[in-house]
Amino acid sequence: MTNANIANKGTPLVELRDISISFGGIKAVDRVSVDLYPGEVVGLLGHNGAGKSTLIKCLSGAYKADSGEVWINGQKAEINNPRDARKYNVETIYQTLALADNLDAASNLFLGRELVTSTGMLDDARMEAETRKIMARLNPNFRKFNVPVSALSGGQRQSVAIARAVYFNAKILIMDEPTAALGPQETQMVAELIQELKRDGLGIFLIEHDVHAVMDLCDRAVVMKNGERVGGVNVADVTDEDILGMIILGKKPAKSF
Amino acid sequence: MTDTRTNPTTRPVGPVKRFLQATEIDTRLLGMIGALVLIWVGFHVYGALFNNGGAFLTPRNLWNLSVQTSSIGIMATGMVLVIITRNIDLSVGSLIGVTGMVMGILQVDILPQYLGLGHWSIWIITSLVGMFLGALIGGLHGWLIAYLAIPSFIVTLGGLMVWRGAAFLSNAGRTISPVDATFSLLGGGPYGSVGATGSWIVGIIACIGTLYLMAAGRAQRQKHEFKMRPMWAEASLAALACGAIIGSVLLVNAYPWPIGIVRSYVTANGLADDPETLFISHGFAIPVLILIGVGIAMTILMTRTRFGRYVFAIGGNPEAAALAGINTRWMTLKIFALMGMLSGLAAVIASARLNSATNALGTLDELYVIAAAVIGGTSLAGGIGTIYGAILGALVMQSLQSGMVLIGFDASIQRIVVGLVLIIAVYLDNLYRKSTK
Repeated sequence: MTNANIANKGTPLVELRDISISFGGIKAVDRVSVDLYPGEVVGLLGHNGAGKSTLIKCLSGAYKADSGEVWINGQKAEINNPRDARKYNVETIYQTLALADNLDAASNLFLGRELVTSTGMLDDARMEAETRKIMARLNPNFRKFNVPVSALSGGQRQSVAIARAVYFNAKILIMDEPTAALGPQETQMVAELIQELKRDGLGIFLIEHDVHAVMDLCDRAVVMKNGERVGGVNVADVTDEDILGMIILGKKPAKSF
Repeated sequence: MTDTRTNPTTRPVGPVKRFLQATEIDTRLLGMIGALVLIWVGFHVYGALFNNGGAFLTPRNLWNLSVQTSSIGIMATGMVLVIITRNIDLSVGSLIGVTGMVMGILQVDILPQYLGLGHWSIWIITSLVGMFLGALIGGLHGWLIAYLAIPSFIVTLGGLMVWRGAAFLSNAGRTISPVDATFSLLGGGPYGSVGATGSWIVGIIACIGTLYLMAAGRAQRQKHEFKMRPMWAEASLAALACGAIIGSVLLVNAYPWPIGIVRSYVTANGLADDPETLFISHGFAIPVLILIGVGIAMTILMTRTRFGRYVFAIGGNPEAAALAGINTRWMTLKIFALMGMLSGLAAVIASARLNSATNALGTLDELYVIAAAVIGGTSLAGGIGTIYGAILGALVMQSLQSGMVLIGFDASIQRIVVGLVLIIAVYLDNLYRKSTK
């Protein structure tokens, strides 16, 4: 893999090197390598079952790769579970949102990382106050702090999931189709947020189906097909058709890396 | 429970509704208390009309009711956690049997050999061993469920049979009686109660604790500038809580020792009083205080600690809980170990109350415990349940049982009624949940 025509220099934030994982004899991901630099959005594209989500779950700790390495900030990282991933400031917004429906927004936001008082008891008041603060920034119309998230709309649930990822100073953010269930206005909100997080120097992996969203939001795009990497492109150098050709035909355009 | 701070409802609401909103009382809790009152008054009136005087709403009966509820109530608090995490534990009744037998052998056949008969530490060692054994067995069940992925229904159904058999084998089917004298106090009875003064001390501490918690909660809300209850609502809540506490103190203090016990007590202590006129109050029975202690501890565990939060999270969405870094398997093991420990504690009370250990102790208890948790609002779909609900559920079950005994229903009818009530209660709960959604 050559990075000659990529503007990014220095140490990548994340390098996934030759990641492979199979389930019951089927290679879901086959020797795929992807990297990500600070302040960059890398889109991962491909059909359903192409292996995008599986690949990324090896970074978020949900799966353990059969082979291959994860490097973060130029050092080899051992990620065996979601807790490890969080230690490396990897935060994930899952397609399913991964919210506990019976808990309220604050409980979900702090799930697994609860704030406690000096006696080790949950500090629900402080967690709610912090949740109010971050929601005021992300979704100022959000009011439903004391109801289970099952009572929230799709967009509201999405903003809880996003708040959870953003609150804990993520350096590396994984977004699995963040706008799939959203209306136009909420989609716009997510797009603005991605720009803002980029300026803050985060690196973002964006798993997307929608080629237009990729053209709008991503700096680079990597296409996968049948568990293998087809190729990667600088989004500025290619057209929608080039990317579609990669997804559908597995055809590598001239400018790919 | 909507965020009324920004809720622009200015519609006039009735005084009852306004009271409920301002005090934030759980309406489901009110429903349960209402059902309980209905059952109590119903049995009393029935007794008054058909049985020459109502015998239900008497200090004596209510005191007995509280003791009878203890063992099921303690286990029901643990069953809430099990059911919230979408599991079931059918083995708790058999666990009572086996831990009760082991404790019986330990305190009657083994410990007196080393410590001497009636040694002060026997009851402590026995109880701790019983609870530890329960936790061990529960932990084993949890391990099979969490790490070997065997469904909890199967593991604990197996446990139901295995441990009942083990209880029989432990002493070749023989009953052990009587148990250690101090140990037997844990089961209640005149000597196993804390008396009038003790009950007042308990009541006053409870009142002070309640007021302190309310004040601390208010201070927290104030600090973070959240919406606060109006002062009148706080005051009426405080009055209600303290009124209930003091009322129960008066109630248990109104139940005197039976004359026979008083006579032997007077003789044994060489008192000059006339036993015929001496009024010695029972006060709170020790098993009831244990139940209250367990209820408070479990409520703190479930609402104020990470452990409790994870229990709810696993019940609401196990996958999300795992992705949030919660070790769901280890949690499952711990929950079943806790359930086992509480079964061991329930066995302490049940065998102490019987003053003997029998291998049939706790038979069918698992069904009453599950019924208590479910009547108390624990959802079998997972994710929802409260400790106080389960204890109230146990009280409802026990009220039905003892009420039917009082008015002379025989055992077969009792079972029919309890079974129907369970089904109706869950149906009503479904309706309630739909209407509040």
